[in-house]
Amino acid sequence: MASVTTNVAANVGRSSARGPKPRRVLSPRNIMLYGTLILMCLYYLLPLWVMMMTSLKGMPEIRIGNIFAPPVEITFEPWIKAWSSACTGLNCDGLSRGFWNSVQITVPSVIISIIVASVNGYALVNWKFKGSEVFFTILIFGSFIPYQIMLYPMVILLRELGLYGSLGGLVLVHTIFGMPILTLLFRNYFSSLPEELFKAARVDGAGFWGIYLQIMLPMSLPMFVVALILQVTGIWNDFLFGVVFTKPEIYPMTVQLNNIVNSVQGVKEYNVNMAATMLTGLVPLFIYFASGKLFVRGIAAGAVKG
Amino acid sequence: MRERPFFHPDRGAGCYWGKSMASAPKGMRLFRNLNAKIAALPMIFTTLVVFVGGTLWTVFYSFTDSKLLPRERFVGFDQYERLWGSSLWVTSIQNIMFFGAMSLVFTIVMGFVLAALMDQKIRFEDTFRTIMLYPFALSFVVTGLVWQWILNPDLGIQHVVREMGWTTFNFDPMNNPDTVLYGLLIAGLWQGTGFTMVLMLSGLRGIDEDIWKAVKVDGIPTWKAYLFVIIPMMRPVFITVLVLAAAGIIRLYDLVVAQTSGGPGISSQVPAMYVYRYMFSAQNLGQGFAASTMMLLSVLIVLIPWAYLEFGGKKRG
Amino acid sequence: MTNSIEVKDLTLNFGAVSVLKNMNLDVAEGEFVVLLGPSGCGKSTLLNCLAGLLDITDGQIFIKGKNVTWAEPSERGIGMVFQSYALYPQMTVRGNMSFGLKNARVPKDEIERRVARAAEILQLEPLLDRKPAALSGGQRQRVAIGRALVRDVDVFLFDEPLSNLDAKLRSELRVEIKRLHSRLKNTMVYVTHDQIEALTLADRIAVMRGGIIQQLAAPQEIYNRPSNLFVAGFIGSPSMNFLHGATVDNGKAFQFGETKIDLAGYEGGAILERSKAILGLRPEHLTIQDQAEAGKTISAIVEIDEPMGADSLVWLLANGTQMSVRVPVERRLELGKKVHLKVDITKASIFDKVTEQRV
Repeated sequence: MASVTTNVAANVGRSSARGPKPRRVLSPRNIMLYGTLILMCLYYLLPLWVMMMTSLKGMPEIRIGNIFAPPVEITFEPWIKAWSSACTGLNCDGLSRGFWNSVQITVPSVIISIIVASVNGYALVNWKFKGSEVFFTILIFGSFIPYQIMLYPMVILLRELGLYGSLGGLVLVHTIFGMPILTLLFRNYFSSLPEELFKAARVDGAGFWGIYLQIMLPMSLPMFVVALILQVTGIWNDFLFGVVFTKPEIYPMTVQLNNIVNSVQGVKEYNVNMAATMLTGLVPLFIYFASGKLFVRGIAAGAVKG
Repeated sequence: MRERPFFHPDRGAGCYWGKSMASAPKGMRLFRNLNAKIAALPMIFTTLVVFVGGTLWTVFYSFTDSKLLPRERFVGFDQYERLWGSSLWVTSIQNIMFFGAMSLVFTIVMGFVLAALMDQKIRFEDTFRTIMLYPFALSFVVTGLVWQWILNPDLGIQHVVREMGWTTFNFDPMNNPDTVLYGLLIAGLWQGTGFTMVLMLSGLRGIDEDIWKAVKVDGIPTWKAYLFVIIPMMRPVFITVLVLAAAGIIRLYDLVVAQTSGGPGISSQVPAMYVYRYMFSAQNLGQGFAASTMMLLSVLIVLIPWAYLEFGGKKRG
Repeated sequence: MTNSIEVKDLTLNFGAVSVLKNMNLDVAEGEFVVLLGPSGCGKSTLLNCLAGLLDITDGQIFIKGKNVTWAEPSERGIGMVFQSYALYPQMTVRGNMSFGLKNARVPKDEIERRVARAAEILQLEPLLDRKPAALSGGQRQRVAIGRALVRDVDVFLFDEPLSNLDAKLRSELRVEIKRLHSRLKNTMVYVTHDQIEALTLADRIAVMRGGIIQQLAAPQEIYNRPSNLFVAGFIGSPSMNFLHGATVDNGKAFQFGETKIDLAGYEGGAILERSKAILGLRPEHLTIQDQAEAGKTISAIVEIDEPMGADSLVWLLANGTQMSVRVPVERRLELGKKVHLKVDITKASIFDKVTEQRV
């Protein structure tokens, strides 16, 4: 306190130091600060730029030119080829197949996994039963265990269910392995809601599903959006489960992309490769830019321990 | 004022505490809140059958000589001896340890420095954050392929710099067994540091404003405040980052497959690739199980001390 | 009169912790019972057990003669009002009040009739189509009461309904609840830690501590004849003065230091001689005077004088014990002065030091 008053007194004494503190835009501190940040941003932006530029060039221009330079002549040929006629092995119908496969995998996986996990979270908070905390603890531990150790048992399980190699099987896999993080997300959210609300609904005669659908669901729509973002990007970007649990005709986009780009046959068409890479990245990028801070909230919520 | 300081706030009517149930009809206990129990079946199935059951199953069969199909012919630790005798596995382990150590150090340092810079009440914070975080939304496959292209010696950065007249410039990490891991590191950091930054930033923002006021009144320079006051206060955030990053590193798979396919030679192989190879293409399940058990073991080495520190110290409830 | 609520040997354990111990409680029809106690005494827990929101470990609960020990909350014929109001945020006031009726499949016109009636009683008509977020705290709590009202039940449970309101609103709603009770004549069980609410509202108060009902009696009885030291100390503000001493002369007098106080006229049982006893005197049952009277006064030194508007509180030191006395506000006392406190023994309480029970 004392130092504040002396400062005020000193400022009153000097007529020159009146009014708002002068702001120097180009102070050494600001140059260092913004310089570093901008430099780092170049590192982050560079690949996106290169990807974009390469995908819009013809192969001759790529061979003689500079990967950072914008195209002299813009061509969308690589995009069209990547989408509709790039080859993986014997199939030459481009990434479109993988795209639609990914859509067919992602949509049901996202919906089912969110429904299951939100009900889990709700049951864990409001309808605890003997051992429910134990299951939750195992679930959280399970999210850290390397998937590799559960891969083969999962293969056997799917085979027994007749789902191995099918879309349904992959949906089940995504529902199971997405469960820990999503359940944690919903459990934390539901436990932040006042418990008296739940009690009031019980007195009002609503049952397990009634409270879930009529009280909890309408109150947690933002959380559902967060979960949606998390799951769409997560499942779209999956590679390992796609490779292990599906067969080539229904490979998701990421697997197909890798097969197109890293195929050893033929001449490497870098522009087509980059167009294919861009195409695969578009869905999560769109989600990312459209969702803004909700994406940040989602990944942060997923990271915070229960 | 709620009155439940000494017992666990229980949030539902369906909890059964204690064992005595003198006046309760026994059958009713089981069927009360039946819906809740039915709804929890997927979770119970996942935890018991897949997580616990699957893990035990794999560990169990890692002691057999299963080849194409799992079979119960026990060979003791033979699979593990073979595993550690295999140069492919030993290289994979060396790679993941080197990559992991580098990646942890850089992730934490870069993530924290970026977060500290972002915390200086800068303008365009949202823009900066959006740029730093977008790679995190992408697939590892996309990341791997882009960097494979940028680091391409004939047409990528090396080529561009040489074109600029510096003809002896050498930057070809991807084709040199000694440096290929740095190539992976550049890509991995590109994708992951934004996330670390966000976590660190939320940690910084969680620090009481009054601490900063006290630091200012005491006249402590900013860098000193960060080093001696703020970082020690952010211990939980650092631990979270460390655990998440470590768990991610042990799983590292897609990035390597896409960017280097484990090459040149076997110089960028990682354990997850070894597991995949033996389980799904080399038809030697026993080896795959043993390798994945080793992966589990390494996670437990990280996880158990952490869980002990986080949850073991304080009593539940 | 029949009992509206009967609790028989109710026990509740949370793990190894016993929260409610072998509790018995009968509430008559139309009675207003307040459960009063400090935090952690089990009063809210008991209410939750009555409502069926907590499963009890042992015992039985009857509401209107029906065994509801294992019945669902909605089947018990109760309405409940919560501290945090617990209004469904996405529903309008009307929606909040009719949610329970819809769940019970009450016909539409009947729902409307009941909501209209409750709205009229609580003056909520202009707010019926608003969402809870657009209401003030007092309005929200009235809606919460309305939600219990429309259920047309005989038993209302209140879980600290006024604790989240500021002092002024609290006293307004307190009056409103009292008016509601006299109009509807329902059975009400009301949990609070505020003794003013308890004293003003209750037909009977159950003072609880450690999961046990310490005393269940009418407010005046509890105030004047607290059954034990805890109840005596908990009820009344400022607290009852406790003088530690002994009963002597075959129970005819109380020895407090050098002073002997005559116990003739004490309302209670046989006093007997006790080597250790406590004399409890409320601040308003003492008067300050200048002259000593043998066997009737205690001498004390004035320490602090606290004028409180309507009256004034004087803190004194008597034989090493701090005491408070309520005096008319005009009466100003000189600090450090020696005065004499006249004891009204008919309003006093004597407790055994060991058992802490009133004798």
